Amino acid sequence: MDLQLSDDQRALRSGMRDLLGAVFDREALRAAVERGGTVDRGLWRELGAAGLFALRLPEEAGGVGLGLPEAVLLFEEAGRALLPGPLVATHLAAGAVEGAAEGEAVVTALEGGGRPVAHLAEADAVLVGPGVLTDPAAALSGSGVRAGSGALTGEALAASVAEAGPVRSLDPLTPLHRAEGIAGAAMGLARGSEAYQVEGLAGAASGLAGGSEAYPGALCREGALLTAAEQLGSATRTTEMAVQHARTREQFGAPIGSFQAVKHLCADMLARTEPARSALYAAALTADPVEIAAAKLLADEAAVRNARDCLQIHGGMGFTWEADVHLHLKRAWLRASRWLTAAESEEILAAALGPSSGPVPPLYSGSAASG
Amino acid sequence: MDLAYTEAEEEFRARLRAWLAAVLPGLPPKPSPDDWPARRAYDTAWQRMLYDAGYAGLHWPVDAGGQGATPTQHLIFLEETEKAGAPYVGANFVGLLHAGPTIAAEGTAGQRARWLPPVLRGDEIWCQGFSEPEAGSDLAALRTRAVRDGDDYVVSGQKIWTSHAEVADWCELLVRTDADAPKHRGISWLAMPMDAPGITVRPLRTPAGSTEFAEVFLDEVRVPVRNRVGAENDGWRVTMVTLSFERGTAFVGEVVACRRTLDALAAEARRNGRWDDPVLRRRLGRLNAEFRALWRLTQANVGESERTGGVPGVGGSVFKLRYSGARQELYEAAAEVLGAEGAFDLDREWVLDRLSSLAYTIAAGTSQIQRNIVAERILGLPKGR
Repeated sequence: MDLQLSDDQRALRSGMRDLLGAVFDREALRAAVERGGTVDRGLWRELGAAGLFALRLPEEAGGVGLGLPEAVLLFEEAGRALLPGPLVATHLAAGAVEGAAEGEAVVTALEGGGRPVAHLAEADAVLVGPGVLTDPAAALSGSGVRAGSGALTGEALAASVAEAGPVRSLDPLTPLHRAEGIAGAAMGLARGSEAYQVEGLAGAASGLAGGSEAYPGALCREGALLTAAEQLGSATRTTEMAVQHARTREQFGAPIGSFQAVKHLCADMLARTEPARSALYAAALTADPVEIAAAKLLADEAAVRNARDCLQIHGGMGFTWEADVHLHLKRAWLRASRWLTAAESEEILAAALGPSSGPVPPLYSGSAASG
Repeated sequence: MDLAYTEAEEEFRARLRAWLAAVLPGLPPKPSPDDWPARRAYDTAWQRMLYDAGYAGLHWPVDAGGQGATPTQHLIFLEETEKAGAPYVGANFVGLLHAGPTIAAEGTAGQRARWLPPVLRGDEIWCQGFSEPEAGSDLAALRTRAVRDGDDYVVSGQKIWTSHAEVADWCELLVRTDADAPKHRGISWLAMPMDAPGITVRPLRTPAGSTEFAEVFLDEVRVPVRNRVGAENDGWRVTMVTLSFERGTAFVGEVVACRRTLDALAAEARRNGRWDDPVLRRRLGRLNAEFRALWRLTQANVGESERTGGVPGVGGSVFKLRYSGARQELYEAAAEVLGAEGAFDLDREWVLDRLSSLAYTIAAGTSQIQRNIVAERILGLPKGR
């Protein structure tokens, strides 16, 4: 029983950090902001070559053959570096959507529940998970919908993109589109229009989860877990930024980090990050839906509140476009709404309580998605 | 990264479970919280049972009379005893978790032989004479004086918030042995017999109305010099050893207990209909995340201490800071579950627990002190002036 990283895991993490330092430094980050967060296809291929997307595919399928704990470490680094693009959805689609594993295809996901779709205009495919079930219309069409999960590609995708309206995104690193148009197309998919279905997606995803779970549950759980990993990376980074600033910035003739009021903000940032980290690593090991809900809830909170505290510690310097801290806060807000919201997590965690607690509801059951 | 326990650890768990299942049904009922002699007798009898079964001082080194268990085995012990509803360490707390480990680490062979076996057997209990009215969070500001007179120190001063003082045999006492030295350097650590002339114990009542701790007045109490653990004026360093033990493992069983309480709260809310309130339900769900994460953090800390040779580090401060707040949130939620008809009834266990949870952000280093420790010793921020 040891929640510390193995030597191999440390090497994997530092390899990813080195790679991102080389191909996505601060200059590249600010360039990505300037172009509205669109995906850099060259960088996407480099990430594919490094194994970010194929990490959990078996070696015989051209993958790296590693598991969720390793994926979590890489996504933590991605979150730390504020790496843009639909990283989680593309990773989930590896092995099922052509080109995803290699970084040749950009794959995003429709999660339903009124959530806008990220990076839709650049997407080569859109994963249509059970999130569509949270759409009232989809719920009305009955249980047959569940079997229809797949991916939209080609002409069907192009047609729905043309219908989807762009949203002026709060997060300059994540272009967003309203989901209605694409949800309509997805409904066609859900009703069994063979043309849109991608063979093998269900099999691939359940294989990734290492269990016999149906595709939708595995997709949502893994999406939530990897997003939580990005949040943790961001929370760790904003803590470092805050501490670094507090050590060096002087006011009243002393580093502001010597003032107790500032110290306590920094201490609380670490006290949010470390329990979230332990919860996340345990969730990656168990892939248990309740553990994942706990990890997502705490990582979301750590990312959002640490970014806010980091901005506070930077004072007026923090409240500028030039400071990176607002980019962390905006991504953190957005990620907190992806895959599993706080209200959904809390409902899952509540349902798991008590000697009389029933089975844990599947993620994205209609009742849990009211928030 | 893995969550699997070794075969030996699982065997240890199975053996412990079987023993608990055999002995717990035969235990007498718990005494009233206000009856200190009865509480002492109950707690020390349990300690004796642990001793006879080979579980006493599980995490202590073998040469100190312990079992030399790994931190993971200790974690399993605390988890299983709490899950089985075994008695809490109670009056044996200071001896087993503070004074004993300190003497084991810093004491002479003679001191270890004199003081450690009675702690393990449940023959003697200890209390902690650290805090003073003028020196709580600023522990090094303590004023209780010890003046050397032949083979004795003559001790005068006052200690406060001393748990178990009414029934303790020994007190781990911090005294000032050099008034002129810088405040951290003039302190010594003494083992004071509680039956020595000149000691007056006056119980204090907590907000719960019970007497959980006491004031201890010291009027020219003679303590033999041979009772000093560590060098004269080196008591601050010795104390830091003690405190690291306190923050490292003291709350492990309590996290398990809080998870059980949370399950009970959910069951009660389902029974009385308050479960239908989504605000309350989600609040309980959030607490579930909190205590699961604290349990995982505990496992991570234990893994870390296993790696570093068993000495708990300052990471315990992160845990203590977060846990003490979570415990208070738990009992605030309990009051919601009980509702107005139950939340003001002192005969309800959760109502008393709500009151006692207030101590957690104060005792064993306030949350503010823990934040300073985290900021300065882990994050490396400069000391304040």
